[in-house]
Amino acid sequence: MTVQPATANLLAWLVMLPLAAAVLTMLLPLRLRAAASLVLLAPMTLLALMLGAALATHGPFVLALGGWATPLGIALQADGPAVGMTLLTVAISVPCAIHAAAYLRGHAEAEYFWALFWFLWASLNTIWMSTDIFNLYVGIELLGLAAVGLVALRGDAEALAAAMRYLLAALLGSLAYLIGVALLYGGHGSLSLAHLAQTDHAQATTAVALAAMSLGLALKTALFPLHAWLPPAHGGALTPVSALLSALVIKASFFIMLRLWFALAPPGLSTAATLLGLLGAFAVFWGGWKALRQSRLKHLVAYSTVAQIGYLFLFFPLAIGTGEAAARLAWDGTMLMLISHALAKAAMFLAAGNLILAIGSPRIADLAGIGRYRQFSLLSFGIAGVGIMGLPPSGGFGAKWLLMQSALAGGGWLWVAVLIGGGLLSAAYVFKVFRHAFIEGPKRDRFEDPPAALEITALVLALVSLMIGLAAHGPLTWLRLGTPFGVSE
Amino acid sequence: MSGTNAWLPLAVLATSLVAAVGIFLLREHRHGLRTVFNLTAALLKLALVVWMALGVLDGMHYELRHSLFEGIDFVLRADMLGMMFAGLSSLLWLFTTIYAIGYLENAPNRSRFFGFFSLCVASTVGIALAGNLFTFFLFYELLTLSTYPLVVHRGTEKALRAGRIYLIYTLGGGAVLLLGLALLASLVGEPAFDAGATVQALEDVDPTLLTTIFVLLVAGLGVKAALIPLHGWLPTAMVAPAPVSALLHAVAVVKAGAFGIARVVYDVYGIEFAWQLGLLEPLAWLACATILFGSIRALAQTDLKRRLAFSTVSQVSYVILGIALFGPVGTAGGLVHLLHQGLMKITLFFCAGNYAETLGVHRIDELDGAGRRMPATSVAFTVGAFGMIGVPPLAGFVTKWYLGIGALDAGMAWVVAVLIASSLLNAAYFLPILHRIWFRPQRGEWPDEQYKQHRDTHPLLLAPALVTAGFSVGAGLLAGMPFSPLYWAEVVILREYLP
Repeated sequence: MTVQPATANLLAWLVMLPLAAAVLTMLLPLRLRAAASLVLLAPMTLLALMLGAALATHGPFVLALGGWATPLGIALQADGPAVGMTLLTVAISVPCAIHAAAYLRGHAEAEYFWALFWFLWASLNTIWMSTDIFNLYVGIELLGLAAVGLVALRGDAEALAAAMRYLLAALLGSLAYLIGVALLYGGHGSLSLAHLAQTDHAQATTAVALAAMSLGLALKTALFPLHAWLPPAHGGALTPVSALLSALVIKASFFIMLRLWFALAPPGLSTAATLLGLLGAFAVFWGGWKALRQSRLKHLVAYSTVAQIGYLFLFFPLAIGTGEAAARLAWDGTMLMLISHALAKAAMFLAAGNLILAIGSPRIADLAGIGRYRQFSLLSFGIAGVGIMGLPPSGGFGAKWLLMQSALAGGGWLWVAVLIGGGLLSAAYVFKVFRHAFIEGPKRDRFEDPPAALEITALVLALVSLMIGLAAHGPLTWLRLGTPFGVSE
Repeated sequence: MSGTNAWLPLAVLATSLVAAVGIFLLREHRHGLRTVFNLTAALLKLALVVWMALGVLDGMHYELRHSLFEGIDFVLRADMLGMMFAGLSSLLWLFTTIYAIGYLENAPNRSRFFGFFSLCVASTVGIALAGNLFTFFLFYELLTLSTYPLVVHRGTEKALRAGRIYLIYTLGGGAVLLLGLALLASLVGEPAFDAGATVQALEDVDPTLLTTIFVLLVAGLGVKAALIPLHGWLPTAMVAPAPVSALLHAVAVVKAGAFGIARVVYDVYGIEFAWQLGLLEPLAWLACATILFGSIRALAQTDLKRRLAFSTVSQVSYVILGIALFGPVGTAGGLVHLLHQGLMKITLFFCAGNYAETLGVHRIDELDGAGRRMPATSVAFTVGAFGMIGVPPLAGFVTKWYLGIGALDAGMAWVVAVLIASSLLNAAYFLPILHRIWFRPQRGEWPDEQYKQHRDTHPLLLAPALVTAGFSVGAGLLAGMPFSPLYWAEVVILREYLP
């Protein structure tokens, strides 16, 4: 637990550096913003890797900001999930930033992209590392604002309408969360998750607070039936923005929910957990069905996100009120699902954006004939699709396998059916794209050629999402550090 | 265990994976370099497989283990049964590649085609070398994914429809297999291939549950093996180019299903245990029903490739029947047919492709007099057809002989009646074709004649057909010699099933 101050300060740096970058990119002249951001990716990556190394050598540790220990001061923590998510954020943000630098060249409306991008990163890192519920509130509020700003960047009527809707959802969600914070602080006089975990959970205040916060976070995560804001926002945004939002932003609110339920869930909450699981199951089928019905490519991918979020919420019924082994498998499966969905969905959005650039139209039907000419983008889309469908050897398959084993260990047949049925449905919408792309005919033989940087970033993300399934053993062991599922050190 | 022993299975897998990546990266017009990649990979793989097979024969162990999750390992291992399948697919891959290079000359999308073609064979070899059912499943699903772009290769409405049907069947089958596998893993942890030791060691397990798992596994695998009523995708997938049909019918897909059933019966459950659970007799019934059904449907087809497709439905079930017959002779018949069917069916599909490419002939009634225009192809076709009927001394006869004796040994004499009926049906749908080819005069112009400068057809199309036809004669004539398919099947049985 005790580490050198220099090591502990890594946590602060990982929040301060993106904040400084946000300010810097606002002040710099327009033409230098992308270049400065690309340069800053290197120290961010390095810091995150050093944090990973520190966790590996020292185990979980905490940094008390300004030297004040909790509950008086603010602390940042490096446990398995925090460090894992920080690294995941790097893995997604770096390719997305490179993609954006090429994608936004010549887009005047992208003036504020880089400032918002760095704000987004700072708030994500805050959320991963926070130890108290108010700090988490600050993080989620900043995250929401940055995300809404990014959605609005495109500036046309559709984008603004989507951004307004998103803003409304984000604000309502934060409000519900804040009510919970107030209740908990009033009831227990503490904001620290560690302290709250030791309080009496049977109190009604705790239950009401947890319910309000979960509702707000479910809205921000776009859990069915609170998902209506997501498809226009994610489907309509600029391509690198769609990727960041679907890969990371919705995961942040889900992550807070996990933290809260670990600290606060009173025993015997399995009814609420089952309810969350059922909503997740509905999300899987409704989102998949709607994805299949879309005529626009990015909206198909956006509805696929609605479906995939459903799998994450299966964690609650699988881990609560079941045995130790089932809960542990559920945790592993959920973490792997979160990671591989982030990678695969980012890749899929980038590849979809490249296909749209190539055909010059957002419609799936206009893909006809592209199979012969833009194989590269299609290949990236397909590899990402393997992860989304949960077919081997992708991380998505590994996640489903673990969740399925958890469900079988706990006797949850319904969840097995959801996992298998959802997989088949996702195959239907992924292959719908290929059915159009592989059409050979006299339709057209000229397509635009997206720059290589766009193609390569998509392919790299897709390949990582594929290979993570074969290399998950180590990361999953680390992700358990400092959680109820970890081996205590 | 020394380093090479772990790396050799990986190297076998990597040859075609690397080739696939290389081919994907090549620009469309680099045909020469692509051919070099293809043939180098095919020859290298064949050499490595032969080397490893000889090593296994000498009692060497080749195993690669990598931990995926807690309690589940990714295992590549070379055993006799796996080497048999790996040997078959890498040998036939070589010929199919040569054939495909000739077949697709001047066709578009060759980069995509050969890339996925290599990926497909990588998956097949992965299936052969998989050391537990989990690893098997990984490659089994990968095979589905890598064959889809080949099935829809032509990009026509019909091809895309066939692709959709193919996916519905195979992904659906994959889901059922996954369910069975997940259930099995929740009981035993890693579903190892250990002749049933793990499953039999389970205590307090309801035999109904084990039966359910068996049914799920076989149903999932039965889709690719085209057992009725799960065979519907196979005739529809005939719209794919001829080399793909060869791949589906002889090298990879249906074989993966049949091989998977062999693994489940012999290595997961153990044949004695499966027999005790009463699982084998229903499987034998199902196989016999498929044999007869496929033959009867084949009779009614007017399209040559569709007739061959229904013939595959029927022939693959000989393998399943052999697996379901309890006793070493029946097992030998089934396993040997895994190889024999591959050799004979690939010959027939090569020839059907040659008729289509050279003369534009697709329907059986257009074949009149084809023997005079294309004598060499027609000889190869005749060898394949006689082999399928089971005329001695061709490969198919060896199979049927062993299956018949095996059935009598297992106390299932009725199977012999099925074998005889099926042979008669085989004759009924193959002999009229041969009659048209050799004894009817040509009727007018050929629908679309190509390669007029060649006596028969393009040498790259002709040579593979002749070689595989030669192998099917050899496999029958020399069945008693070392290294014949029958020899391998017997070694498998001696090594693994009769301790």
